[in-house]
Amino acid sequence: MSGTKPSLVAFDDLTLGYDGVPVLSGVSGTIAEGDLLALIGPNGAGKSTLLKAMMGEIKPLSGAVRLLGLKPSDIAYLPQRSDIDPSFPMSVFDCVAMGLWREIGVFGGVGRAGREKVMAALETVGLAAFARSPIGSLSGGQLQRSLFARLLLQDAPLILLDEPFRAIDAETVENLLTLIERWHGEGRTIVAALHDTRRVRAHFPKTLIVAREVVAWGPTKEVLTPANLGRSDQERAAWEGPAAHAAEARLPA
Amino acid sequence: MSDLSPYALIQPFLDYGFMRRSLIGCLALSIGAPPIGVFLMLRRMSLVGDAMAHAILPGAAIGFLIAGLSLFAMSLGGFITGLTVVLLSGVVTRSTILKEDASLASFYLLSLALGVMIVSVKGSSIDLLHVLFGSVLALDDTALLLVVSIATVSTLVLALIYRPLVLECFDSDFLRSVSRASLPTHFLFLVLLVLNLVGGFQALGTLMVVGIMLLPAISARFWAVSVAGMIAAAVVLAFLASFTGLLLSYHFDIPSGPAIILTAGGFYLLSMLLGARGGAVVRLMPRRPRGQAEQVAT
Repeated sequence: MSGTKPSLVAFDDLTLGYDGVPVLSGVSGTIAEGDLLALIGPNGAGKSTLLKAMMGEIKPLSGAVRLLGLKPSDIAYLPQRSDIDPSFPMSVFDCVAMGLWREIGVFGGVGRAGREKVMAALETVGLAAFARSPIGSLSGGQLQRSLFARLLLQDAPLILLDEPFRAIDAETVENLLTLIERWHGEGRTIVAALHDTRRVRAHFPKTLIVAREVVAWGPTKEVLTPANLGRSDQERAAWEGPAAHAAEARLPA
Repeated sequence: MSDLSPYALIQPFLDYGFMRRSLIGCLALSIGAPPIGVFLMLRRMSLVGDAMAHAILPGAAIGFLIAGLSLFAMSLGGFITGLTVVLLSGVVTRSTILKEDASLASFYLLSLALGVMIVSVKGSSIDLLHVLFGSVLALDDTALLLVVSIATVSTLVLALIYRPLVLECFDSDFLRSVSRASLPTHFLFLVLLVLNLVGGFQALGTLMVVGIMLLPAISARFWAVSVAGMIAAAVVLAFLASFTGLLLSYHFDIPSGPAIILTAGGFYLLSMLLGARGGAVVRLMPRRPRGQAEQVAT
């Protein structure tokens, strides 16, 4: 969307879906290098689907996602509901150290420099004291912090976050938002699927609203209007039916 | 058991070659199979071991039909059918709506019925019993060589794929996002599973070989906090179960395969009750107030 910075990701009349049924249709546009983009829309609007398509996890029904000058391994991705088993016998340190995968791969040692990087990342998210603890001893917020520490180590130019603040305490959210802004300052490109429009206004310069199609895409101030949010809500009512719509909380405007 | 002196612990192995062979065979199995069991458990695939053990049967039966009681033919046959079931269910899982457990179940049941059919039509029920329950006391040099080779190959391959395998169990989404190792790792792991089941069926039979693979692994869950620690604990427990089971079998004149697996089962019950990590007794005991860090966590 930005005119000056080069584009990193381009969508060409992209339609995504599962088993041939479209979930998100007709997406066209580009994500520019250095964008800090909030992806919002009601549940079922296609936010996660769009992120997965950027990861190459699902193939488009039609159209294309093009990565411009990026390898798939240049993208760091935090899924919405990671299937991590909290009773898995792994220390916080080891979990975070896997963020070094691009450097160490299957066989490489972590080494002293690597260990220092891991400790620095844990320090950044306030978990240094937990390095040797099993991940099962962490709270939901702490686990999310450790996954952010892993993202830190991945050192990726493009970072995709799917509902990163879901069920996380307010203090952790502030801590993680600081990290996201730091990444933005370092020139990385970040796309985050979010629900909380207040935080989007405060921290994300650009917004993409989807509701099975693109409702609006541009600078947050221009895009995040009651009219657009209402439109995305109406779209949702249309595909879910009024009963489902009434049952769940409305998007905060 | 007339002699209760410590000598009774080693006397059978000193006196009889077949006891030494079975001990060596079981120890080799105890190195190869329990680590596979640890990963099966961590991937919540514990029952897949059992399914695959059934899948091996028709191959072993076909091998038996072609070459008689030839270990090589039966092992090769078992390996081929095991691998076929793994591959077919993998293909079906990826190309239809079926989940892996359902497609695996379909193919192993087919395979099992085919195996029982072949053995029943062409062999005697004694042969079937042999394939199903093995005979650890009748391991010859060829069998020992096979078991030891499989344990060696298995350990080496596991070392090679260790990191992606742990990550595949812990967070497969992440592994897929950083590398293409996920699919080959999963496949190699299933090959190791089949290989170890084949390695064990001569000694313990196609069904009970799963016992030496899984019971020590599941018991180890109660003693260790890291994957490496669990593998070490599982191997030690499998060693102990093999040794104790063989001795019980000798002194009380009971079948050796079941004796070994029952001993491993006994270790499991003990671990479950007394295990330091989440065992029943430890959980029920009143504990001191925990540190603040842990309070936040709960």
